[in-house]
Amino acid sequence: MSSPFLDSQLAAFDAQAPRLPGARLGWLAESRRANRDALAAGGLPGPRVEGWKYSPLRALERRAFVASDAAAMAPALPPGAWTLAGVEGSRLVFVDGLLDRAQSRFVAEEGVSLLGLAEAMDSGSDGLCHALGERYAAADDGFARLGAALAADGAVLRIAPGVQVRQMVQCVFVSRAGPADLAWHARLVVALGVGARARVIEHHLDAGTHANFGNLLTRVTLEAGAELDWLRISGEPEAATAIARTEVELGAGARYSATAIEAGAALSRHELRIRLAGAGARCESRGVFALRGRRHADIALTIEHAARDTTSLVHWRGVADDRARGAFGGTIHVAVGADGADAALTNKNLLLSPHAEIATRPVLEIDADEVKASHGATVGRLEEGALFYLRSRGIPEVEARALLTFAFCREMLDGIAEPALREAVAERLRQLLPQRESLPLDGAEPAPDLIRGAGVGEPGTRQGDLSPAFRARHDDDGDDR
Amino acid sequence: MLKIVDLHVRVAGKEILKGVDLAVKAGEVHAIMGPNGAGKSTLGNVLAGREGYEVVRGSVEYRGRDLLALPPEERAALGVFLAFQYPVEIPGVNNTYFLKAALNAQRKFRGEPELDSMQFLKLVREKLRILHVSDELLHRAVNEGFSGGEKKRNEIFQMAVLEPSLAILDETDSGLDIDALRLVADGVNQLRSPERGFLVITHYQRLLDYIVPDRVHVLVDGRIVQSGDKDLALALEEKGYAWARERRLEAPAP
Repeated sequence: MSSPFLDSQLAAFDAQAPRLPGARLGWLAESRRANRDALAAGGLPGPRVEGWKYSPLRALERRAFVASDAAAMAPALPPGAWTLAGVEGSRLVFVDGLLDRAQSRFVAEEGVSLLGLAEAMDSGSDGLCHALGERYAAADDGFARLGAALAADGAVLRIAPGVQVRQMVQCVFVSRAGPADLAWHARLVVALGVGARARVIEHHLDAGTHANFGNLLTRVTLEAGAELDWLRISGEPEAATAIARTEVELGAGARYSATAIEAGAALSRHELRIRLAGAGARCESRGVFALRGRRHADIALTIEHAARDTTSLVHWRGVADDRARGAFGGTIHVAVGADGADAALTNKNLLLSPHAEIATRPVLEIDADEVKASHGATVGRLEEGALFYLRSRGIPEVEARALLTFAFCREMLDGIAEPALREAVAERLRQLLPQRESLPLDGAEPAPDLIRGAGVGEPGTRQGDLSPAFRARHDDDGDDR
Repeated sequence: MLKIVDLHVRVAGKEILKGVDLAVKAGEVHAIMGPNGAGKSTLGNVLAGREGYEVVRGSVEYRGRDLLALPPEERAALGVFLAFQYPVEIPGVNNTYFLKAALNAQRKFRGEPELDSMQFLKLVREKLRILHVSDELLHRAVNEGFSGGEKKRNEIFQMAVLEPSLAILDETDSGLDIDALRLVADGVNQLRSPERGFLVITHYQRLLDYIVPDRVHVLVDGRIVQSGDKDLALALEEKGYAWARERRLEAPAP
């Protein structure tokens, strides 16, 4: 396997490996080497790998990236760039994937251990082997292998059993434009002891106009009864490439509740892989992708019900405007013996432009006997009736569209318990949504085949409402159909 | 105030209104009665500016303007209000927020200062009091989970807040029990004024016991076949629409 992208990354590994943090740890060096070799042999997922159908990597493969460099750390960002209402506590700022201590803040709390990953690796911190030693074996693990081989920094958060962390822990990621496009790889390790409780914010800032490649690999382990709330705000510049994989393992009675808003990028992929390993474990994932311009976002969610009486709740909404392309894949697998599992998945999407595309693929695989499972997915347009209702009361069309689109997405933020934070995230969401007339001004009507299988509505109206529909896109990365 | 001349309207390629003439002066209440499929709701929708209604011929003049040339939001800002037969549920949009956005959008269009939250709440409280509507209505999403009666009352409440010049009530009585009907009619009667015209579209005469019209028009098969005072409604109730339909057949084709 060879491509400018792979070659540049493998070269970076060969140059950096001896200098990576924790290089003296035998198990870590071996794991990095094994993942590097697997990547060299297997490459990145190709267009024929089903789960990657909507994230074509051809354009990325043609590009070479340089490694991030601590010496060239960006100047401090304006204060407030990462301020979220009501969020105090520790804040780790990563510039090009490297912890910037000058901009970070560590707030000590009893029973909470928070370290930069490089520091943790160098000190040979216990327990890292389990979180970092994995050799990624699946054919589509290319980016995970890359992250495991090359991650030079990140964070390790450990909560002692029974500790309820008061403050939120915030990880802010920012990248900047330089003389050459760069690639960074980082890892987050989060482990909650029995009955512990914490809240984490993963915040990717849309700052500047770089075309960098970011790769974040997150491993979360929740022991019995532990509870973790996770908020992910992803807003990269339009030319950036953003890859993130979050792996979560839940013990008995543990709870993981995640909310995400995704603004997409030139290529953006968010994988959330949750394993409900202990009886009574529960996970919730709510999210919105709101895409403009030529942005892309691919949300790939996999939930494994591996124990009895486990619950998963997945509610995502998607909005695509202009020539944006969104994809949502939600796969729920209920394993043999995981009786009493309860799984619900919905994904509703709005197309705001005739050139936007959204694909949704909910999949339920059930191998247990007593299971409650439901799923539903739609792709549609703003309902003509609602739009007319607002306009008939005097609200101009542009505002009426914006209002309805925002209302469509906002529900997904209900999982954020703190009102001030929820409001701040809602405001961020509002900024992501189109505020203007979406349909072309020349009055071009959407092609009738644009929503395949959709209810076309009454003759004489041009809007289909939110009827079940499926829209496939070309498997090429060309922009036009 | 409103002058409809020879209005022909097509919906999905089918002609529904086939030459409607109607004039409503300020201060008047006109009732449009007719059987199902006569084109009553089409008339309301075309006046409010709904898409999908193709005007083939004729004109609608409203306060000296060509109403049909305006988008729905401008018609609203100029004082046209349609109380929907089937008010739309809008999950996620708070009723108060919606109404404030609507009122301020209208005021902005007319060059009037927008109301701040305090001024708006004061106005809303006053209207709630007059209409005997519970303020619980304000905190819910627009029409979401409302009963049929609540939806219709919400329409009248919106009308009271927006204070239109021309109010079109599209079968506001349908699906209401007698108590709800009376409340809705009371609301409308409160809003009757010398500056305001009403077009009350209804299937049954019952509503007109409570909202007494100045004129009654019978719409059959896309044309007004008969006009008269409130007694015409009573005659219709007694003799049925078949009677009016026959009278239309007797009338010379236009």
